[in-house]
Amino acid sequence: MSLTKNYFEVFNLTIAFEIDINILTKCYQDLQRTVHPDKYANASDQERRLAMQKTTQINEAFQTLKDPLKRGLYLLQLRHIDTNISIMDNNFLMQQIELHEELATFRQQANPLEKLQHFLDRIEQYKKQIINTLNQTFTQQDYDSAHSGVQKLQFFSRLNEEALRLEEELI
Amino acid sequence: MALLQISEPGQAAAPHQHRLAAGIDLGTTHSLVASVRSSIPETLPDIDGNHLLASIVHYKENSQPIVGDAAKKLANSDPLNTIASVKRLLGRGLEDIKTIGTRLPYEFIEQQGQGMPFIHTVAGNKSPVQVSADILTTLKRQAEDTLDGKLTGVVITVPAYFDDAQRQATKDAATLASLKVLRLLNEPTAAAIAYGLDREANGIHAIYDLGGGTFDISILRLHHGIFEVIATAGNSALGGDDIDQLIAEWIMQQANIANDANHHHIRELLDIARTAKETLTTQEIVAIKVKLDNGISWNGELNHAKLNNLIDPLIQKTIIPCRRALRDAGLSLEELDEIVMVGGTTRMPRVREKVAEFFQHSLHVDIDPDRVVAIGAAIQADILVGNKPDKDMLLLDVTPLSLGIETMGGLVEKIIPRNTTIPVAKSQKFTTFKDGQTAIAIHVMQGERELVLDCRSLARFELRGTPPMVAGAARINVTFQVDADGLLNVSAQEETTGVHSEITVKPSYGLHDSDIETMLKDSLKYAKNDVEKRVLREQQVEADRVINALRAALKTDGRKLLKHHEFLEINTALNNLLKMKQDNDIKLIKQAIEDLEYLTQSYAQRRMDLAIQNAMQGHSVDEFTGNK
Repeated sequence: MSLTKNYFEVFNLTIAFEIDINILTKCYQDLQRTVHPDKYANASDQERRLAMQKTTQINEAFQTLKDPLKRGLYLLQLRHIDTNISIMDNNFLMQQIELHEELATFRQQANPLEKLQHFLDRIEQYKKQIINTLNQTFTQQDYDSAHSGVQKLQFFSRLNEEALRLEEELI
Repeated sequence: MALLQISEPGQAAAPHQHRLAAGIDLGTTHSLVASVRSSIPETLPDIDGNHLLASIVHYKENSQPIVGDAAKKLANSDPLNTIASVKRLLGRGLEDIKTIGTRLPYEFIEQQGQGMPFIHTVAGNKSPVQVSADILTTLKRQAEDTLDGKLTGVVITVPAYFDDAQRQATKDAATLASLKVLRLLNEPTAAAIAYGLDREANGIHAIYDLGGGTFDISILRLHHGIFEVIATAGNSALGGDDIDQLIAEWIMQQANIANDANHHHIRELLDIARTAKETLTTQEIVAIKVKLDNGISWNGELNHAKLNNLIDPLIQKTIIPCRRALRDAGLSLEELDEIVMVGGTTRMPRVREKVAEFFQHSLHVDIDPDRVVAIGAAIQADILVGNKPDKDMLLLDVTPLSLGIETMGGLVEKIIPRNTTIPVAKSQKFTTFKDGQTAIAIHVMQGERELVLDCRSLARFELRGTPPMVAGAARINVTFQVDADGLLNVSAQEETTGVHSEITVKPSYGLHDSDIETMLKDSLKYAKNDVEKRVLREQQVEADRVINALRAALKTDGRKLLKHHEFLEINTALNNLLKMKQDNDIKLIKQAIEDLEYLTQSYAQRRMDLAIQNAMQGHSVDEFTGNK
């Protein structure tokens, strides 16, 4: 594996948003069995450094491809699309604000943990929908829509994190 | 019948020889050493047949420290010179220590320029690292006596929730005890190895590990020899010791003993508390008799209902991390296949009851909770040292706590989130705040909270010599690398000018290499040449390692991957190292190793690429046939 390989090539995968997680995982494990520092515990310092570098790269590639949001961002990056530019429409942003406001009210309500659980389930549903759409838009090479879909996913990830922080606070 | 092979005199079949390796569980209340002998991993006893060594060190003037049960017996009569539960102090500053233990019966001394506290004893001021090293030395001797030979390397276990400073301190203690650390292994992962390999277990396992002073919960996916940690959480200052404290405080309340009782009395009360706790694992009620030498005496009893009242809040403190680990793993309770209980404190019936209640699942309590960690470490050590080249076991562990750096306004920017598979490297770009800024202070933090104040400070370092630029123009790339031991290395580079700065995180509470050297010299002051001899010996061992590894490699694929002239060059350098090894010049051996490594750089790269290619090739074939 060389540094110039993209993450998909690392695992012999075709560049696509829709990937088979089982194949990815199996490839990842086979690579780890080959290069993990534990396999080089008795080797020279040089080989151990090399093993650590390779394993680090493989871990990074795996973490990126495993997660739909990171995978989406990575695919856009491969197309040289600047993901820092916000392209969200007002309706979506309004919906996000409302969801954040709703989350903020749980603290004062009865059974906040139960409400939070429903809320988290709803976020999960939204995310699933977005991911399904992304499968199509990436296949159709409609990168504007893909860009907007990935950003939506990003918004929901942040909302999810905030909800989990609240949960930790409430427990 | 196969013929036995006889090697030429002086040419031992080095690559195939069995190397001695051990797993060490350096525990808060007791420590163990284990090894794999004739394919069976087992804990090793001392001369008296004891497998558990009390983690207690007694210091005397002008003589070697006493470690273990003999030291424990002196804890009451000489509490200030008898150090117990030192693991709770490892890698911590004095402020931390004050918050974790209100009743530690020692005299702490803060030394100038040292973040680390020292304990005053008649044998001098001792750092927690030195005390731990004395325990490790005893275990090393115990193992080498039983196995009848020198240990090539050890795996030392640490709580999964240990932070970087605590891990570094453990490694420093091993260096001080002249042990070669093959790997720092997380305790619950070690338990999972011992438990999982034994039963060829598959599926999702939660390891609940409540020891003397630390609590870990790890969730692992076991799949045909792969032990993948999905999430870990815990508390590195919570364990059976705290239960003893609670019971002791309760006794003090009942017996009207003042809060400022002396060291001697506190030690005695803690002992009474521990005995009562242990009795209550099998009995419903226990009688407690207190008779202190200042005339105070009290007789009373403790039953389960009362004990549960005292300890329920503490058990609840272990349930919160369990919930968090599940959440981080993205799993629900129903998805867990087994709950494995590890650590002496899980013997308490109330702990089992509460844990089973939370997980809504029966618990595995049939393994020896004291020994399983050391046994898992021994299995890993045996593999790492090279005795099981065909063993298809792989551990994928994670960072327990998020790592980041301080940014403007006292906030922490996370660079590596918790529960990331290690080894891992992540970079982040930062910029300057003021016009003309020529130095950048980098403050490395560990923890989950957003404010610097609430996180652990691991290290500070400065990137100097950047040319003055307007605010926001500089591009500083900060890279965090966590290795397979979970140890962090941070480097920073200003990209427009290439100014580079790098540290391995340790200064805050750890030891500098120079400290270790001084301590080594101190500890060996009865034999001054020993330090130099030891360094030479270590260098020779390293040379052997390089020679053996290279020979094995050349034999396998040297002809295939190297051009003829490369092969000859490497051979010459190899012979040079063999020659240098005989001389007793540390510098020359080091130089010869470096020369050889330089020459084999590209060969090592080619070998690894070939290995990867092979792994992937086998793979695509599998998938084509598999997808039919």
